[in-house]
Parts: sequence; C-alpha cells; structure tokens
Amino acid sequence: MPLFDRKDKSRYSTFSRRSLLVSGAMTAVFTGLTARLYQLQILQGDQFMTRAEDNRVNQRLVAPLRGRILDRFGVELATNRRNYRVLLIPEQLADSVDAALDAISRIIAISPSQRDRVHRDIGQNKRFVPVTVAENLTWEEFARINLHLPYLSGVQPDVGETRFYPFNDELSHILGYVAAVSADDKKEHEDPLLDLPGFRIGKRGIEKRFDPEIRGTAGVSRVEVNAYGRVIRELGREPGMPGSDVYLTIDRQVQQKLAELMGNESAAAVVMDVHNGDIIALASTPGFDPNLFNVGIKTSEWQALTTNDHNPLLNKVMSGVYPPGSTYKCAMALAAVDAGIATPGFSVFCDGATTLGNNVFHCWKRGGHGHVDLKRGIQQSCDVFFYEVARRLGIDRIEEASHRLGLGRLTGIELPGERAGTIPGRAWKLANFGVPWQLGETLVTGIGQGYVLTTPIQLATMAARIASGNEVYPRIARVVGRDAQTRPEVKALQFSDKAILAVHEGMSAVTNEPGGTAYPWRIIEPGFEMAGKTGTAQVRRITREERASGVRKNESLPWRLRDHALFVAFAPVLEPKYACAVVIEHGAVGPHPQVQIARDILAFTQKRDPARLPNAYPVKTAENIPGFKVTP
Amino acid sequence: MTTRHYAAERGRLSIPEKLLEVNWGLVVLIGMIAGVGFLMLYSIAGGSFQPWAAPQIYRFIVGLVILIAIAMVDIRIWMNVAYPAYAIALLLLVATTIMGKVGGLGAQRWIEFGPLQLQPSELMKISLVLALARYLHGLSVEDVSRPLKLLIPLVMIAAPAFLVLIQPNLGTAVILIADGCALLFLAGLSWWWIVPAISGVLAAIPVAWEFMHDYQKRRVLTFLNPEHDSLGAGWNISQAEITIGSGGVAGKGYLHGTQSHLNFLPEKQTDFIYTTIGEEFGFVGSVALLLLFGLVIGYGIRIAMSSRSQFGRLLAMGVTLNFFFYIMINAAMVMGLIPVVGIPMPLISYGGTAMLTVMVGFGLLMSVHVHRFVEIPRHSAGLI
Repeated sequence: MPLFDRKDKSRYSTFSRRSLLVSGAMTAVFTGLTARLYQLQILQGDQFMTRAEDNRVNQRLVAPLRGRILDRFGVELATNRRNYRVLLIPEQLADSVDAALDAISRIIAISPSQRDRVHRDIGQNKRFVPVTVAENLTWEEFARINLHLPYLSGVQPDVGETRFYPFNDELSHILGYVAAVSADDKKEHEDPLLDLPGFRIGKRGIEKRFDPEIRGTAGVSRVEVNAYGRVIRELGREPGMPGSDVYLTIDRQVQQKLAELMGNESAAAVVMDVHNGDIIALASTPGFDPNLFNVGIKTSEWQALTTNDHNPLLNKVMSGVYPPGSTYKCAMALAAVDAGIATPGFSVFCDGATTLGNNVFHCWKRGGHGHVDLKRGIQQSCDVFFYEVARRLGIDRIEEASHRLGLGRLTGIELPGERAGTIPGRAWKLANFGVPWQLGETLVTGIGQGYVLTTPIQLATMAARIASGNEVYPRIARVVGRDAQTRPEVKALQFSDKAILAVHEGMSAVTNEPGGTAYPWRIIEPGFEMAGKTGTAQVRRITREERASGVRKNESLPWRLRDHALFVAFAPVLEPKYACAVVIEHGAVGPHPQVQIARDILAFTQKRDPARLPNAYPVKTAENIPGFKVTP
Repeated sequence: MTTRHYAAERGRLSIPEKLLEVNWGLVVLIGMIAGVGFLMLYSIAGGSFQPWAAPQIYRFIVGLVILIAIAMVDIRIWMNVAYPAYAIALLLLVATTIMGKVGGLGAQRWIEFGPLQLQPSELMKISLVLALARYLHGLSVEDVSRPLKLLIPLVMIAAPAFLVLIQPNLGTAVILIADGCALLFLAGLSWWWIVPAISGVLAAIPVAWEFMHDYQKRRVLTFLNPEHDSLGAGWNISQAEITIGSGGVAGKGYLHGTQSHLNFLPEKQTDFIYTTIGEEFGFVGSVALLLLFGLVIGYGIRIAMSSRSQFGRLLAMGVTLNFFFYIMINAAMVMGLIPVVGIPMPLISYGGTAMLTVMVGFGLLMSVHVHRFVEIPRHSAGLI
C-alpha cells in the first residue's frame, strides 16, 4: 500500500481552503438570487400583480343598441333589425374550410366573392375567432341552417343587430345612413366604440348630426383571456346605455306623398309649418337606399350613384343652390311696399323691355304688360315692373330685405352640409370681384337672376315668413331622447303688416285670379286655397341674336341647358298654416310641373292636419271611451 | 475501527454493505426537489399528470436506479473510465457538428441512435468533470501552475466548449468552461494565473461580442432592455418577471397561477418552470426551493471534503458545481439577471436528457461518498 507523500497533504489543504472560498461564492450567489426574489416579489409584487391582471383580463366593449329615428307620429323611419348571420369557427371544423362552405352553400347561396372573403378573414385571425360567412339572411334561410346544424360542425348561427330603413330611398336625405368607421372618423371622435370591428357610424343626415346621441354609450364586458386572446370566461359585465331615439317633425305620410309626386325628376321640395318652422316633408330626388351603405355598398352601386347627372347623393334642399328667379319678386315686393316705393297708386308701364345706358333689359313677355301695379306685377311676374322697383330700392335695401327673409344665410336646419347661397351686395362684389357694383346688376338682381343664389330650404323659409309674418326658422328634430329640442324664439318679421298683406294679395292673385302665372294649377277646394309665386331660373345666357330670332323653347334644349323651375307657396291663403318650396332642376318644361307638385302636396298636407278636419280624427278622452268611468 | 470501515478503506465492500453506505438523506432530498417538479408540472398542465408530470416521474425513477447503480461502482473504475468517456464524448460532439453542418440544420445538438436521442453536450458535462478530476489527481499543487501541465487541461476544456459553442449552445459552453475553471481553481491553480486570466476575459468581452451569433446578440440586447420590445424577444423576460413578481409573498396558491395557465409564459414546463413556483408559492416557496438546492450543494461539499482521494474530492466538487451552475444560470435567467440561455432548472424542468445528466452526476457524487475511505495514490491510474 503506497503512502501519502507531503505533496498530497499540501494539495488537500489547498483543496479545502479553496472549497471554502467556492462555498462562500455559492452562498453569495444564493443570497443574490434571494435578494432579487425579494425585490421582484415583495418590493414590486403589487406592480407585477397588476401587470399579471392586465395580461389576464381583457375589457371588451359591448356595442349599445342604436337609437331609432321616428316621425312626428312615432312611425319608425330608421330602426334596428335582427341580423341573422352564419359564422364559421375554423378550429371547430371537422373538415377543410372549403368542405364546410360547400355544405353551407347547399343550404343557402354563397357567392365566390364571399368565399374569398371567408378565406381571407380566416387567414388574418386566430383559428378560434369566428368568421362571418353570410349575413342578413331571411328567417327562412336562417331556420334551414339551424335545421342542418347537427351535420355542420364549426358552423355557428348568430343573431346580431343591423340598421334598417324600412322606407328605403323615400327619406334618404333626411336620415342619411350609417357605414363602417373610417380613419378620419377616428381622428375626429374619441370613442373606443369606433375601434369595435363591424361598428357603424352615422355618415349623413340625422344619423350624422345626432350620431353621439343615437349611438349611446358602450357597455363593458370583462373577460379572462389567455396569451392568444382566446376568451376563457366572462368575469363581469357593465351594460351600456342604448342610444336615444330621435323624433322628427316629419310626417311620413306627407313625405311619402311628396316623394311620389316628385318621381324621377332631379328636384328638391320642402313643406314646413309657417308658425314654428317644423319641416313636415323634405325630399330631394333622386335619392338612394340607405340600407345599401349599411352592409357595404357594391362598387357598381356606388358608381351608379356618383356618376348619375341627377346627383342622388346631394341633398338639393339645403346643399343645392339655385338662382331664385321670379320667386325672388316676393322679397322685392315686400321691400318695395315697406320702403314706401310701391304705394297704392304706384304703377310702371311695361313695353317688353327697359333700357339702362346701352343695355336693354327684357321682360319675359314680348310686347309687355302695359300698366302694371304691385299686385299685377306679382301676379303676372312682370320683369320690367321689378327692374324699376329694384332700381328705386337700390342694392343695399334689396340685400338687407333678403337677409331679413332668411335668404343668403344658413337657416340652421339640423342636417349637415347646408349651404348659405349668395345675396350680392356692394361689399360682396368688391371682395369677390375687386370691382364696384353696377346699377345694371341691381336690375338683374331684382328679378332673382345674376349673382343671387338660394337654397330651396331658404325659399321655403321665405314663404313661411311672408305667410306668418314671423321670423321662423326651419327645424326637423323635435325630440332627442327625452329632451324636446329648443327652438329660436319666434319674433315678428321686420316688415310692416301693410307690406305683408300686399304681398299676400299679389301671391294669391298668382294662383287664384285669372291671368295669374299659376292660375290653371290652383287648389279649388274652398278653404284650402294656396297663394304662390312661380319662378324660372335661367342657366344659360340668351344672346342678342337669339333674342331677335325668338328665344328657344326649353323643350328644344338639352336637359342641362333648360331653365330651372321654381315655385314658392303657402296655404291656406287666409290664416296660412303651411309653406312650401319646390325646385325642379332644368324642369321649366310643359305645364309648370313644380306648381302641380306644390298644389298636390299642400292640399294633401292640409287634409292631414287634425285641426282642419276634427271629425275625421276623433280625439279620445276619458269621457268618450264607452264604459270608462273617471273615479273621483 | 470496525471491520466494515477497514474494508471500506481498502475498497472491498460487498453490494449490500455499499447500499448501507449510501447517503440516503441526500437521496431523499433529491427526491423532494424532484417532487416539487412533479407538483409544478401537474399544475402547469392544468391539474393533470399528462402530458408532463407522468413521464417526468417515470424518468426520475429510472434516474434513481441509475444513480444507485453508479454509486455501487468503485470510484477507481470511474477513474479508469474517465479518459475513454471523455474521448467518446468528444468524438460524438465532432460527429454532431459535422452532421449538423452536412444536414444543413440550424442548431444540431443531438445524435439519433434509433429511437434514442443522445445529446453529446450533456454527456460531455459529466465526462469533462471525470477527465479533469482524473488528470488533476496526478498533479501536485505546484504542477498545476506549470505552463506545460496546465496546457493539457485547458485544451481539454476548450475543445468541447468550442464545439458546443458552434452548435450553437452558449449556455452549455459556459457551464463547461465554468466547471473546468472551477476544478483548476480547486486543484490549486496559482493566483498568478487566475488574476491575469480574469482580467483577460473581461478585456475580451467586446471581441467576443463580435463573434456572437445574431440571435445571441439579440438576446443580450433584449436582456439589457426588455421593455423596449416587450411583445417580441423581450416578451420572455418581461413575462417571466411578471410571473415571479405577481406571486408576492405567499403566492397565488397551488393550481391558481394565471400566467402559466393562460400561456403568457413561454417554455413554462422547461426553462421557465421556476417562475411558476414563484407565482403559485410566492417568495416563501421560491426561497424554500433555493434552500433545498442549497442543502443538496451542502451535502455535495461535505462529501467532497470527506473523500480521501484527490480524484474523489475533485469529482464530487465538480459534479456539485455543475449542479450549482445549472441552478444559478437558470434562476438568474428567469429573474432577468442574465440574458436568456437555454439552461433548464435541474430536477424540476421537464426533459429526459437533463434529468439523466443530473442523476448520473449525483450517482458519481454518491459513488465518491460510498468510497470516501478509499485512498488512491497520486500516480495510480485507477483500479487496473
């Protein structure tokens, strides 16, 4: 047995010493690890607990039900409809996606583009995220899917809510539509709801104007999720607030009638209450079907809307500007009497034209009207009479009177996109053209041509103000949620009663006395008669040569070059209740179609008025319900 | 002096006698730590033995048998086996490297022998400790610091470390180098070597950076600033810290960890399992496990000190340090103290190869313990 040598002894002591050092180092490391644990778990434990909770708990927004839009009697104009959908959950499929789609397509129709979208959606999402295969199914289709469900693994029927407009294009420009949220919308509003997939936001009309109220507030569902975002379970739910209902001043029956009367013309028409400014009906044709935008409009449909020369997407009632033509003479007449120019004995001799310097200003009637006073001037729309009135008034008084009647100013109707139009004046001319106002321009302005541009809603407002003698403003929203909308205080119009009565007389003569420009299309029924003023707005310049050889008839011109046909009216003549304005673009053809529309709609509106026919609408009270006893 | 003691000194114990000599306290301790691992694997699977806990238990039992079997073999035989084992491990490493390059695979870390997957790098961890202990056993303290004598162990360390590094497997390479250097230190390497070497390593860090793989650089950068990229590469570190930290003092309760159960934790059953212990058992549980590890290491040091042979001492200490380096690197990694390297938590993390390596290591440690009275002369080459 070999013995240990001294060297062995020395290396053993070295080993022991160094092992001790190593042990010390290991102890230090373990102490360090413990310190780190102390730091993470005790000092920062709460903070990491919060972060673990953030990981685990997801707040999911629950979209609120969108508020309805109703007419003045509570008829639903925009509502929510059950949206029957078929969803596909890729991870639950027994077979391939195509096999599942084939199986579904044997029950309901699935287009190739739907197929592509399904594949794309599946590719973009986790395999447990449901993908929409088809939506807006009929109840029958939905029932068929449910019947076959046992053989369709991974297919999930689902009921959602979607916006629905029962009257299609009849109210398109009032209601507007809802559509997917755009990037700009997100910049504009800060509502987390906008990030919700499939969320819809109001894009036009009432849907846009009252979107914050109609939208409601989001509910929150707290769910536990795993690292891949799969929902494990719901931890709690806070219900949101459904959106507010909006009650309009519109009478859907009148609206329907108006849309019917306007047909396919490129036209704008509005009926309003002359006392409080309530819009009873407002139509701009052609319209569009707002339901199309909800599900995503097809490119072809969108192109059809944007390339149509009748401009279906434009609300012509408030966004279309037209020269008022002779309808402007109402304002001129009012100003003239008020200014003491058109006194009872005042008359002008019309020989078919008037001259100013080198310029000749023609009357629409070749040969002239002879001696014309205010009433005949309005009744027969004599241009020469109003050239003279305008010359005497001067542009400043014309401008001022127009503004008092609401022309050239935003009316403040609760619809987005309203335009102010133009009432020219000295300052305006200088600012826009850099040259001073010319007297000849005053004359042209006097017959509502030249620079004057108005919207149909302004013309209706003017008619309503003349009819009531009050400064009314058009309003379309009556109640939003539970709040009755406040209206501007109704002040008396700043024209003398004498002036207002004189214009009433003239406008009544237009329709109710032989020789009036609208006499053939008057309302005959006693007590329902209307007063009005026709207008024809030139959209082209008539050359001297053409004037000499005879002005071309509108019928012989291409549609684009024909004159606009306008009419403003109110009814009944005595104690006026409703005012109306109708503009048909390039429609001055044949027997004044715009007057016929106004006549029919005013007659219809008056007959709908419960106050006019008390017997037709028996008002139920506690006393007249049989068998009902009022307990004292 | 009893008869058995006398026999032990001469290395002439029968198998039943050797079984009595086994340090059963250490075996129980190892079993306890492995038991914690089973509990966690059961919890992470959502309260199920499948897919992890059951196979792990099975592997542990196999490992236990291997441990005892190795403990029964005389350490002088292990001394004989040391160089051949090292040579085989090195050859296999070369083979994996070549096959990896030829096969065109990214990280080639194992060789397939039919159904069995062998990781030569794991085999090398044990073989290197064996071979170095064998070599250093023959040197006096003065010899260790002689340049020519020192060159051999340095090459023995560097060759496998280099091969593992280019696999690439930074974690294992670091452990190999650490094991080797620790053994040189314990054998009595002069401070005149140690101090300049440490200074040299520190100076070489920027150079090493240049040679790192992109993924390794990314790991280091991510480690230095995990919040910068907390959904990408920083995700692991951030989530690991959240998991540990959210356990607080007493933890969320067994089976109630949210981070692991909801899959926010990457590699939750392997490299990051320690975070789940922190989450479900809190500071108390995490420190308790560290204490258990500390006890095992304490046993290891005591066994090393009580061995009468330099080979036994170095082998015991080498195996213990190898175990320690696993724990240190893994714990520091999941606590966000060092960059992410693929090193499992010994006895706890799910995985067959690591379990086998650790149990073989403990087998050798136990062999040293059983044969602690055997004296081996400096110039002896073992039993044969």
